[in-house]
Amino acid sequence: MTSLLTRLRPSGRSLVIAGPYLWLLLFFFVPFLLVLKISFADQQMGIPPYTALIDIKDGVVNFTFYLTHYAFLMQDSLYFAAYLNSIKIAAISTFFCLIIGYPTAYYIARSSPATRNLLMMGVMLPFWTSFLIRVYAWIGILKNNGLLNSALMSMGLIHTPFELYHTNIAVYIGMVYSYLPFLIMPLYAHLVKMDMALLEAAYDLGAKPWKAFVKITLPLSKNGIIAGCLLVFIPAVGEYVIPELLGGANTLMIGRVMWDEFFSNTDWPMASAVTCAMVLLLLVPMVLFQHFQNKQMDETR
Amino acid sequence: MIKPNRGLQVTTLGIAFLFLYIPIISLVVYSFNASKLVTVWSGFSLKWYAALWQDDELIDAAVLSLKVALMTAFSSVLIGTWAGFVLARMGRFRGVTLFNGLISAPLVIPEVIQGISLLLLFVEMGNLLGWPGERGIVTIWIGHVMLCVSFVAIIVQSRLRGMDPSLEEAALDLGAIPLRVFFWITLPLISQALISGWLLSFTLSIDDVVTSAFLSGPGSTTLPLVVFSRVRLGLNPEMNALATLFILVVTIGVLIANHVMLSAERKRTTLAV
Repeated sequence: MTSLLTRLRPSGRSLVIAGPYLWLLLFFFVPFLLVLKISFADQQMGIPPYTALIDIKDGVVNFTFYLTHYAFLMQDSLYFAAYLNSIKIAAISTFFCLIIGYPTAYYIARSSPATRNLLMMGVMLPFWTSFLIRVYAWIGILKNNGLLNSALMSMGLIHTPFELYHTNIAVYIGMVYSYLPFLIMPLYAHLVKMDMALLEAAYDLGAKPWKAFVKITLPLSKNGIIAGCLLVFIPAVGEYVIPELLGGANTLMIGRVMWDEFFSNTDWPMASAVTCAMVLLLLVPMVLFQHFQNKQMDETR
Repeated sequence: MIKPNRGLQVTTLGIAFLFLYIPIISLVVYSFNASKLVTVWSGFSLKWYAALWQDDELIDAAVLSLKVALMTAFSSVLIGTWAGFVLARMGRFRGVTLFNGLISAPLVIPEVIQGISLLLLFVEMGNLLGWPGERGIVTIWIGHVMLCVSFVAIIVQSRLRGMDPSLEEAALDLGAIPLRVFFWITLPLISQALISGWLLSFTLSIDDVVTSAFLSGPGSTTLPLVVFSRVRLGLNPEMNALATLFILVVTIGVLIANHVMLSAERKRTTLAV
């Protein structure tokens, strides 16, 4: 089928491919190379606020590479702590997303088709409303005199309010809340197209529901689980808005550190070096994601 | 068909949906609160909506955001459809692995990375080519298109893959040139994917904080940037009112979109029968 279509349009083919390819190279790939380049420059006053790597003075070409930012990344424990903390927060958030998201996706997929559509719309609706607004909503709930603490105190369960706002716990809640739809969607897509005859066969052969779930449903939704988890984990590592709004001053996350280097210290080269390190850190999960993405594309073929 | 345990199903879904909706409901309720202390109820009032109406900074930002979102939605659909078509129909070509990577990476890459790298591109381009001289609506627009293109491409390619190719083949056999086949046969067939892509791009753009922060210049502050700078300082009842309006618009939009899609589907199934 594709061969017939492609054979009939050989002349325009390269042109058709070149269009989006060039766009992506210019606005996605080249910018990365620039980040890498500027991470080797040094901060200076002026516009742009970094030194040139190559400059020509009196007919001599000078190359100046500064490795200071990377050395600083290694020495200053702040950066290392920020990396570790980002990974920890992203991993724990992903775990809780899965704990809440899997049963939700599972039971939505097992509902009748009409209910199913309605429920998925219900999951998607918060996703369509502003991310910023949804994070903001949690401030009102988690504050010391907020909804949650007032409710717990009026029920007499606690006497002094829980300190939640501006803590790591608030960051976890915000992360799980914001990223939950990203996990439910791919999981649901996998679970809903599962062949129920397999489960029926297992039941007929005497498998207990729990065993049938572990032996059949879980392995069949494996790709959905991995895709969903990566879809949550990777962006969560570099998250800025949630730790900034809900976290405390000591909630160190790498996206936040980079943001401060850039906007507060206007140290663009240092921010670039932090970015390069972040990309390096995310390279393995991103390659994994790419792998599963391709697999899914092949499945739909 | 095997039925899951009903009680467990209702409980699980109930908890999940409470978790999803309590924050949204609380936002809406407190937007009608008379007190400036957002979480202390002191009576019904519409004064925060009135305040919204007189907030020029907010209105200017909203107008800019709307412009950027419209521009972004149309251009993302254009480029994204093109890229999705290449993904679905061009088979293997040289550099296909890199192309796939360039499409799927922006789906997950943290926005701070994309923000700083695009900014550095624009700064370097400004030095070399003299364009763009200043950051503003155009740089934000390009940044937002980069956020959305991959989503549109993925939606379009999966729709193309799931489509019956015989209509296109028939048109080609009857002597239509490929470009004509694309515009007369393929595009109408994937129109639903284009609409989803457009809506998603519009939503992503009008909501973006991080990329806009890097790519905006003086005098080009988008709505989320204003909202962010205010809620950073804590609760603000005016923002609750704004959020409520936003939720209202989105809910109506989603309901309409759902209705249109369902009726289109019903039409298609009746035609098929």
